Amino acid sequence: MPVPILSTRDLTKTYGRGPDRFDALKGVSLEIDRGDSVAIVGKSGSGKSTLMHLLALLDTPGGGEVHVDGTDAKTLTARKLNTLRNQMFGFVFQQFFLNHTSSVLENVVLPLKIAGVGARERRIRGMAVLEQLELADKARNKAGNLSGGQKQRVVIARALANNPQVLFADEPTGNLDTATGRIVEDILFDLNQNQGITLITVTHDHDLAARFNRRLFIRDGKLITTDEEHAA
Amino acid sequence: MKPLETIKTAISNSFRSKLRTTLTILAIFVGAFTLTITNGLGTGISNYIDAQIAAVGPSNAFTVTKTDTSTDAGSGPKKYDPNTRVIAVGGRPGSTQLALTQADLDKMATIPGITSVSPVTRLNTAYIQWNNKDKYQLSISPLAGAHPPLAAGTAMDDTGSQAQITLPSNYVVPLGLTDNAHAIGQDITIGILDVTGTMHTVTATIQGVEENALLGSGGALANKALTTALDGAQNTGAPAVGLQTWTAATAAFTPTNSRAVNDMKSQLSAAGYTAQTLDDRIGTVKTVINGIIGVLDAFAIIALVAAGFGIVNTLLMSVQERTREIGLMKAMGMGSGSVFALFSTEAAFIGLLGSLIGSAVAIGLGTVVSGVLARGPLSDLSGLQILSFAPGPVAGVIILVMAIAFIAGTLPAARAARQNPIDSLRYE
Repeated sequence: MPVPILSTRDLTKTYGRGPDRFDALKGVSLEIDRGDSVAIVGKSGSGKSTLMHLLALLDTPGGGEVHVDGTDAKTLTARKLNTLRNQMFGFVFQQFFLNHTSSVLENVVLPLKIAGVGARERRIRGMAVLEQLELADKARNKAGNLSGGQKQRVVIARALANNPQVLFADEPTGNLDTATGRIVEDILFDLNQNQGITLITVTHDHDLAARFNRRLFIRDGKLITTDEEHAA
Repeated sequence: MKPLETIKTAISNSFRSKLRTTLTILAIFVGAFTLTITNGLGTGISNYIDAQIAAVGPSNAFTVTKTDTSTDAGSGPKKYDPNTRVIAVGGRPGSTQLALTQADLDKMATIPGITSVSPVTRLNTAYIQWNNKDKYQLSISPLAGAHPPLAAGTAMDDTGSQAQITLPSNYVVPLGLTDNAHAIGQDITIGILDVTGTMHTVTATIQGVEENALLGSGGALANKALTTALDGAQNTGAPAVGLQTWTAATAAFTPTNSRAVNDMKSQLSAAGYTAQTLDDRIGTVKTVINGIIGVLDAFAIIALVAAGFGIVNTLLMSVQERTREIGLMKAMGMGSGSVFALFSTEAAFIGLLGSLIGSAVAIGLGTVVSGVLARGPLSDLSGLQILSFAPGPVAGVIILVMAIAFIAGTLPAARAARQNPIDSLRYE
């Protein structure tokens, strides 16, 4: 049996102390296989975003373990951890976090710049990924001048620039109208099916979740087996 | 991230938010400007003071007098000694000073380190005249070896036989000469009375015109040949012994460290002479000037502290504003070291820009103001450039301000670099 690309055991995360203490995750164990598409579904405050941040190694868990390709994340050195974030994971943020005064191309090649790729190759690879997302004609535009859907595609392009194995998306269609959201969804599933990128998405949208191969339902910091909301 | 890439990105980042960068540069500008100005003021005044001190006399000579041991109050009159002569001098009425004889001069010359001893000759010149025009009173400064700042001409030659004189600039026009340049090389006539009341005249060439000086004697300066000629005229008909006594002598030494100077001084003291260097004579003036420069430096430090807080504040806000950007870069695998390098490079670059502009404006404005002042309100103190900028201190100011900006930028950058990416991304 192949080693799962991501797995967790008894993952917990607590925010605050004393009376303000809030347990966002109360022991989550899961396994995600290479090439899978997984939706983490739950209401706001259920801990779904926290779970994804821990899976993407953006945050340190309160307890439990995260294994990446069979390696315990806790044992990784800072350098190895940064290489993982840079080369293995791509992240699509709900709030975009684009640099509005820079050009679209500059925004997209940021991970390559961090990886130390030369200026020429950065441009070639950046243009290739923009081509793939049909944004090549916008490469020189300022990122701030784009529409919401275009921005979301730029964010996806940025996440894909360094050929990640796992693509994390936090409410990728949350800020978009239905038609634009549909286009973005298609892009993400196309990447999963045709390029074998493992897709992990957080959403509260059940229609979107239905398109995924696997759904992980989360409520009050715990995984639940069925979609209780729908069952009820 | 590669180092060159870090520098390029830092520079382009600093130009991204123009308003913020402009405000930060302004804060740094004020600091660099103030520092450069105070620095220039210190340099300008020091330069002027050094030039003025050179006008008083050479730094490598003692003024030697015989030590008077009778000054104790209530010790009563001293016994007469036929070998000791006294001369009435200025100071409180009735002051006398022990006179130096040729034997004293010879004795001084034997002290190791002293190269030559010459008597200080007081010349009571009567008048100066050019081309048979009006006669003017003239006093000749007794200080041999002084190098005053010259408005025209060259330094006098003490070895030649030609009688030369350096005149204060305010003599030029009254004498009938058109300007300083015209005066140089002209022969003037000096009148001097001898002991019997007969007027003698001596001719000398104008070798230089002295600038108006702060510490200068106000008198003309004569070279050795002229001094000898005037002294000879003055002493015509005097008893022979009168030729041989002086109130003071100038003992020149080869410039060496202060310990050797003090050593010579104590040897002269043991031999019964009081020796004073230039520094001893103008010590009080120098102390006052050093005090003024010290106060200026204190103001510069206050300006630096004030500017420093301004720089820290603006850069701190600038980095805090971009906490989410730092979070994003960390989420994409940028190491803490690279984040730190990127933001501190940016701070240092902004510091460089601010201090370069600040110093450049200060130098430009300072030079103009200084020029206007030198021509206007300060024209009586010729040679005074109130603000002057030396490359060393200005470079020092730029580096100092850059260092402050760098440190100011590193504090928030280090904090941002330490956080988990998600904590920085969540920052509101």
